[in-house]
Amino acid sequence: MARAELMDFDKALELFEPVMGFEVHVELNTKTKMFSEAPNVFGAEPNTGLTPLCLGLPGTLPVVNEQAVRYSISLGLALGCSIAESSSFARKNYFYPDTPKNYQISQFDEPIAFEGSVQIELADGTLIDIPVERAHMEEDAGKLTHVGGSSGRIQGADYSLVDYNRAGVPLVEIVTKPIYGGEHRSPEIAKAYVSAIRDIVVSLGISDAKMERGNLRCDANVSLRPRVAEGVETPPLGTRTETKNVNSLRSVERAVRYEIQRQAAILAKGGSITQETRHWHEDTGETSAGRPKSDADDYRYFPEPDLLPVVPSAELIAELRAALPEQPAVRRRRLKAEWGFTDLEFQDIQNSGLLTEVSETVAAGATPAAARKWWTGEIARLANAADADAASLISAADVAALAVLVEAGTLTDRLARQVLEGVIAGEGTPQQVVDARGLAVVSDDGALIAAIDEALAAQPDVLEKIRDGKVQAAGAVIGAVMKAMKGQADAARVRELVLERASA
Amino acid sequence: MSDNTRDIIRLSAADLGARIASGAVTSVQATQAHLDRIDAVDGAVHAYLHVAPELALAAAARVDAQIAAGEKLGPLAGVPIAVKDVLVTTDMPSTSGSKILEGYLSPFDATVVKKVREAGLIPLGKTNMDEFAMGSSTEHSAYGPTHNPWALDRIPGGSGGGSAAAVAGYEASIALGSDTGGSIRQPAHVTGTVGVKPTYGAVSRYGAIALASSLDQIGPVSRTVLDSALLQDIIGGHDPRDSTSLRTEWPSMADAARNANVQGLKIGVIKQLQGDGFQAGVLNRFTEALELLVANGAEIVELDAPSFEHAIAAYYLILPAEASSNLAKFDSVRFGLRVNPQGGGTVEDVMSATRDAGFGPEVKRRIILGTYALSAGYYDAYYGSAQKVRTLVQRDFAAAFSQVDVIASPTAPTTAFKLGEKLNDPLAMYLNDIATIPANLAGIPGITLPAGLADEDGLPVGIQFLAPAHEDARLYNVGGALEQLLVAQWGGHLLEQAPDLLELIAAAAEEGAR
Repeated sequence: MARAELMDFDKALELFEPVMGFEVHVELNTKTKMFSEAPNVFGAEPNTGLTPLCLGLPGTLPVVNEQAVRYSISLGLALGCSIAESSSFARKNYFYPDTPKNYQISQFDEPIAFEGSVQIELADGTLIDIPVERAHMEEDAGKLTHVGGSSGRIQGADYSLVDYNRAGVPLVEIVTKPIYGGEHRSPEIAKAYVSAIRDIVVSLGISDAKMERGNLRCDANVSLRPRVAEGVETPPLGTRTETKNVNSLRSVERAVRYEIQRQAAILAKGGSITQETRHWHEDTGETSAGRPKSDADDYRYFPEPDLLPVVPSAELIAELRAALPEQPAVRRRRLKAEWGFTDLEFQDIQNSGLLTEVSETVAAGATPAAARKWWTGEIARLANAADADAASLISAADVAALAVLVEAGTLTDRLARQVLEGVIAGEGTPQQVVDARGLAVVSDDGALIAAIDEALAAQPDVLEKIRDGKVQAAGAVIGAVMKAMKGQADAARVRELVLERASA
Repeated sequence: MSDNTRDIIRLSAADLGARIASGAVTSVQATQAHLDRIDAVDGAVHAYLHVAPELALAAAARVDAQIAAGEKLGPLAGVPIAVKDVLVTTDMPSTSGSKILEGYLSPFDATVVKKVREAGLIPLGKTNMDEFAMGSSTEHSAYGPTHNPWALDRIPGGSGGGSAAAVAGYEASIALGSDTGGSIRQPAHVTGTVGVKPTYGAVSRYGAIALASSLDQIGPVSRTVLDSALLQDIIGGHDPRDSTSLRTEWPSMADAARNANVQGLKIGVIKQLQGDGFQAGVLNRFTEALELLVANGAEIVELDAPSFEHAIAAYYLILPAEASSNLAKFDSVRFGLRVNPQGGGTVEDVMSATRDAGFGPEVKRRIILGTYALSAGYYDAYYGSAQKVRTLVQRDFAAAFSQVDVIASPTAPTTAFKLGEKLNDPLAMYLNDIATIPANLAGIPGITLPAGLADEDGLPVGIQFLAPAHEDARLYNVGGALEQLLVAQWGGHLLEQAPDLLELIAAAAEEGAR
């Protein structure tokens, strides 16, 4: 694949105005699928737990999952949307082997939620309202694995395997209106928006929201239009591309930046943008052309005759509205106060998109300071090195357990970093890694005293020096003891013991 | 064939059920009698695509054991039933008349099949039909046509010609059908039997291989009005697996049939459902039937339903549109026929080759029509307009039912035509459904019962009654009353005037030999 030419980002912004739009798919964590009683679980053996409907067998009929409707209404309300008095399902017809019926049941002209907005916060504390056009319910497709060929795509594959476990998992698709005025902050806005959606669905408890598992998937639409002199009529929107399935917050930001640079390079040369879907490549940080997509893409939508309209009662909507968690902005203010962080400390968390992780870690028993330190420090560093989202590396529960071990003195910071690496490498919980690697601090004074005795025997003048007031002389003994204990000792305790010996 | 067999198969389902319950006849005897009859005549009639003698006899033996143990079973327990192949079954193949599903076994039973099994009825086999229920003659079955037991060179109607011929030919006491635009009623009309399309949502569609989901409805096929009523009582009611099934509390249809009385009943007659295109013999029997009802206390009201002129056009847009989507699942990926193109190909190539080989010409015609009607740029003109007509038809019915209790019409314009006569003229075939389609578009119930024989050809003619949604009982009331009056007039059921089927078969064999 030839590398696309990219224009310098600042230069691109000088010449063009970027306009964005996002479609975020949220997989709901309901007990069963959108239209059948098949279990909605992740990671099961392929094609297990299926019902006849999951396979589109003849004679099957869909039945709407009430829990999915409730979740969708809650999400709609949290997005500030109006909830439709009556919303209906439609069939989106297209042939593809991951779609068992060769149509997807979705919502078309009557979505369950419409006209809302999401407030996002940028690194410098700027608040922006992102306009939401609609949020609608639909079913997920199955998962295809293309075997053979070089690209891992259906073209050129020797054969493809289909797993229908995901077919029929409830989805809500949140569609924004065009987002203008993002300018050079567009990539940052993109990331902050998806992060905000993730915070909302996590606070509602309606999705596992793990981007690396595809619980939350972002399609990013980007177009450019040339800047014109003041007084000249604003040109219409440029041709857009849709970058599909960008599966991390980092990648959302990078993909938008990449598309701005790529499109600018083409347009500046007098070329034109092809309206198409593009695939994001996490490894190379590039997008590549998918299938051409035009507005004439014909899905032959028509009302789903097997389902009645969804007509939620006013009571149900009121009940779900009353049960909404606090608004993200309110939540941010509350958490900042509760945790006692400075503006800078809090923004550090916010900008890393780690508010949810820190919050869950605190809830699991860590101190706010420790939770912040681990997530924005060592974990963020490792994530950066691995080109992954921090949240995909380790669970909040494990981070909390690690922090508690440090707090209790079982681990030093240095040991804890080793344990962290073990947990991320999949060796188990922090306690399991401590046990398996034998990394705990030696807190047995007897063992420490024996090591001190040995060190003093080698450096007999040290005690004298301490008694003469040269306390820093203890350092040499402490160093020797730590070396002997392979680092698994609390240096402060060793120092205490050495000083005790000198004053004895 | 023994006299006993001859007697058993000619009993109505209600009478046979009563004899089985009383111990006068066992279900095994009744089942065996029908299996013998199938052996004797179905080679010529071809009502069945699949017969399951062992399963049927085993089920019959279980019912007999239950009766012997003193269990109280329903009125049709032990009675043999024929099941239209559009309904999926776990123990018999379900093909919907198509090669694409040849030999397909479903992992579940259709709700109606489950219900008839639970009520102790004995499924004998699966009956022939136009492929995916698209047709009015069963000539579009991928497995060859069914022949009308009244005249073997004539169509038995469609799409449910197999169920109607099975019941008319005494190859089953009763049968299950499906009616999307007349597929229960038109075959009943041309075979001298009774057929009912219940209110949309009265009977579960779960397990019915969908043709057009907003029009399809499962219903009974029988020789008497009471038999259909008894079967609807069994198969009706809410099914949580079908979101469009109604939660209505239904009165007993059997009671409505038994207590039939038309005194004071207002019957509407619609201008658009008679006259041009209707055979004289069909209209004559219709008029006489109405006169008989009037003589017994009913009142006739002339009605106008202008939208009905467009009903067929609307129907033939809505049906193909929904069918094009419903039939998309037949792609070889998960079940059914798979045809690999020569030299291999992509999954799209395999889907395409499979559908090309697996679907017959009428199915392809309607898929193409429906795909076109739903296409961007044409949707409003075709599907959208058709839905508007549908609304107008519903309004015309609502206006009509504000004046009358039921509506009457001939069931179809002509008696049974000859096999092959309209096969190459789809429009002529579609016009057969002119009187039955409006009920499907409006979701209202309809019944057809024999009204006599046409003067021109001596073939059976039916009369149709329509009632408002949820008022299926009215159909059994008026149908039961008219049946009683006509049977008294004829001195027996109309089917008793049918030529002896065994003689017809012998004559046809002789003809063939010559």
